[in-house]
Amino acid sequence: MVAIGLTLVRLRDLFSVAMLFGIFSLLAAALYVVQDAVDVAFTEAAVGAGISTVLILATLALTTSEEKAPPGRALGALAVVLVTGAALIYGTLDMPAYGDPAAPIHQHVVPRYIERSAAEIGVPNIVTSVLASYRGYDTLGEVTVIFTAAAGVLALLGRRRGRVGIVDSLQVRQDARKDGEVPRSVLAPKPILRVVSKLLMPLILLFALYVQFHGDFGPGGGFQAGVIFGSAFILYALIFGAHNARQVIPAAVRRAGLGAGLLLYALVGVAGLLMGGRYLNYAVLADEPTHGQHLGIMLIEFGVGTTVAAAMIIIFFVFSGQDR
Amino acid sequence: MIAAHLPALQVVVPLISAPLCLLLRRPGAAWTVALAVSWFALAVALSLLIEVSIGGPVSYPIGDWAAPWGIEYRVDQVGALVLVIVTAIGAVVMPFAGASVAHEIASDRAYLFYTMYLLCLTGLLGIAITGDVFNLFVFLEISSLSSYVLISMGQDRRALTAAYNYLVMGTVGATFYVIGVGMMYMMTGTLNMADLATRLPAVADTRTILMALAFLTVGLSLKLALFPLHTWLPNAYTYAPSVVTAFLAATATKVAVYAFIRVYFTVFGEVDLFEIAPMVPILMVLALAGMFVGSAVAIFQNNLKRMLAYSSIAQIGYMVLGLSFASVTGLAGGIIHLFNHALMKSALFLALGCVVLRLGTVHIDGLRGLGRRMPLTMAAFVVGGLSLIGVPLTVGFISKWYLVQAALEKGWWPIAGLIVLSSLLAVIYVWRVVEIAYFRPAPEGSAAVEEAPIFMLAPTWIMAGASIYFGIDATATLEVARGAAEFLIKGAP
Repeated sequence: MVAIGLTLVRLRDLFSVAMLFGIFSLLAAALYVVQDAVDVAFTEAAVGAGISTVLILATLALTTSEEKAPPGRALGALAVVLVTGAALIYGTLDMPAYGDPAAPIHQHVVPRYIERSAAEIGVPNIVTSVLASYRGYDTLGEVTVIFTAAAGVLALLGRRRGRVGIVDSLQVRQDARKDGEVPRSVLAPKPILRVVSKLLMPLILLFALYVQFHGDFGPGGGFQAGVIFGSAFILYALIFGAHNARQVIPAAVRRAGLGAGLLLYALVGVAGLLMGGRYLNYAVLADEPTHGQHLGIMLIEFGVGTTVAAAMIIIFFVFSGQDR
Repeated sequence: MIAAHLPALQVVVPLISAPLCLLLRRPGAAWTVALAVSWFALAVALSLLIEVSIGGPVSYPIGDWAAPWGIEYRVDQVGALVLVIVTAIGAVVMPFAGASVAHEIASDRAYLFYTMYLLCLTGLLGIAITGDVFNLFVFLEISSLSSYVLISMGQDRRALTAAYNYLVMGTVGATFYVIGVGMMYMMTGTLNMADLATRLPAVADTRTILMALAFLTVGLSLKLALFPLHTWLPNAYTYAPSVVTAFLAATATKVAVYAFIRVYFTVFGEVDLFEIAPMVPILMVLALAGMFVGSAVAIFQNNLKRMLAYSSIAQIGYMVLGLSFASVTGLAGGIIHLFNHALMKSALFLALGCVVLRLGTVHIDGLRGLGRRMPLTMAAFVVGGLSLIGVPLTVGFISKWYLVQAALEKGWWPIAGLIVLSSLLAVIYVWRVVEIAYFRPAPEGSAAVEEAPIFMLAPTWIMAGASIYFGIDATATLEVARGAAEFLIKGAP
């Protein structure tokens, strides 16, 4: 990771930079797996290595792939970065050793999560019970952040007609580079890509559903499932053209999904409030508290998945100029 | 039953209405939702303030998980005051927004504007009400992201670069904040503010906590635009739509100041902060520098929105100066200026919004003779200006009186002198506008200009009127500010 980081700073070719960023994210994901943070690794691999690389590539196709040489040397910026880095290292000096069971984070709040999660929530995956129930409100906030991002992209880039779509232009440019003439798309005529992606598509969608509903038992949940679901459509759009993909999920449905997922999550909270608990108390949703928790977590994870998938697809389509 | 859930409803109702606006898609319907939600939120905030003033802090464990395992909403007097400020500005600005947004933003994007406004409101309220440092970060992200979008919806294409700069600086600020939170979590194992306050003293002398404090301070200073981390602010305020400038100038930086107060006086409340790091001189020097640089640069601006933006940097200096005293009077002065500045700045920016509607410009030359052509708008502007200077019978006077008193209490008379001196700079930039608007004739052959419509004038005058009313009778605001300051300094009773 250090080597890639240093290379990234030196490189001027932005296509290589995008690729290296993807590799960097995959390595980071591997690092998280080593640290037993499988859920985080999942997200990092899907978002960092997958979707953001595609978006960066799509942007590059519209602009240029060579970085402009910065005017002069930014010594002030370097100084700020060095001071920040030094402060971070200085701060680590008094940290508890990695994996030390006596460290405060293992002593204070966490023991209760481990000891009582099974009885209070009944979900085998403690990460899910913390994210979705104990600190479910933070997760609601995170979904709102994703909603904000997608709605913001719509507000700024949506609804401009007469632009060449980024994806289409990407395909056309690569074609022109390849054999001099300009056919419709470079990826479409490749039979292997078409066949393999058609074979993979149902599997990816199925895997997304598995991740969505298996989050109670193993790593996964709405965030990861939403991203995987979204990437299936982006893959389809890349190979069969954004125009075809657009017809699979029309703009109105995408918007509805974006809003409805967040609404579902927030309204599950209100339901808890109406049924005699505090906001986001799922235990009151059913006769048995753990059943209620189960139901609540399943519903909100579904809301998360819907909003995240819709957000990914919206952002991709807006960037590719095909939102309308 | 509803009364017990007010803290949750304060944030959740705007949150739910945001996706509703997105689904409605009609500008009129979206505006109605935004207006209704703003007024509802104000009612909730006022009843919370009353409840807290009488019965002390209110705690609301979300999902019925007791803190520190779950997330706790905690309302005390400072928090409730900030809630009232944010919701009151929202409630007053929304009627104004109807006409102003129709004028400045394409109608097919208006519903997205209201969605973003509601998200921004959600974020700001969430910061002001939460008792959990990580939850604060989540809502900080909601309010920041939505305000970047709101700013970039300005008519001028430079709004995009302004918003982009703000995005970069704001993201650095938020990242620094979350690094600080991570370090605190590592050393204490908790994210709850009250819990942190009891557990921090034991580890306060470690290098990790010192660095956590440094990252929190720099991160929040970026957000509240403390000099010299203010560079994102002038362009953002200048090119944003009028409504957005009025709303954000009166709320966003105030909420960041509130978060700063929370970290310094609640989270680190039991630690003698000003002992482990030289925070008093650092904050004081930066605050004073901001007061003078902001006001001095404001004098040379010809774009009035930009002039007021620089004046905001100076005013933020006053607030930070107040809390750097770390005394009850100083902190009360900072808190009351938070409230007062929100009143006067929103009045000023709303008046400029009226000017934009009729003239299409806020360049100082365009305002010649406007005092006669738009008398009510300009009169509101003058009231706001007088308040910025700190003329008696306006709210500005109350704030400055308190700050000077706090300085004298400590025997720091040179600082009292500097507060008065910096006010003189405000006289210069306000006078420039008054001179142009009232003592220059309107340019020959200029088209007739009407007064702004009543839906825009009324909100402007409500704010201008409030900055006179609370200047004459400040007992209510002073009582809340003093109570809040005493509570913060002395800790929980």
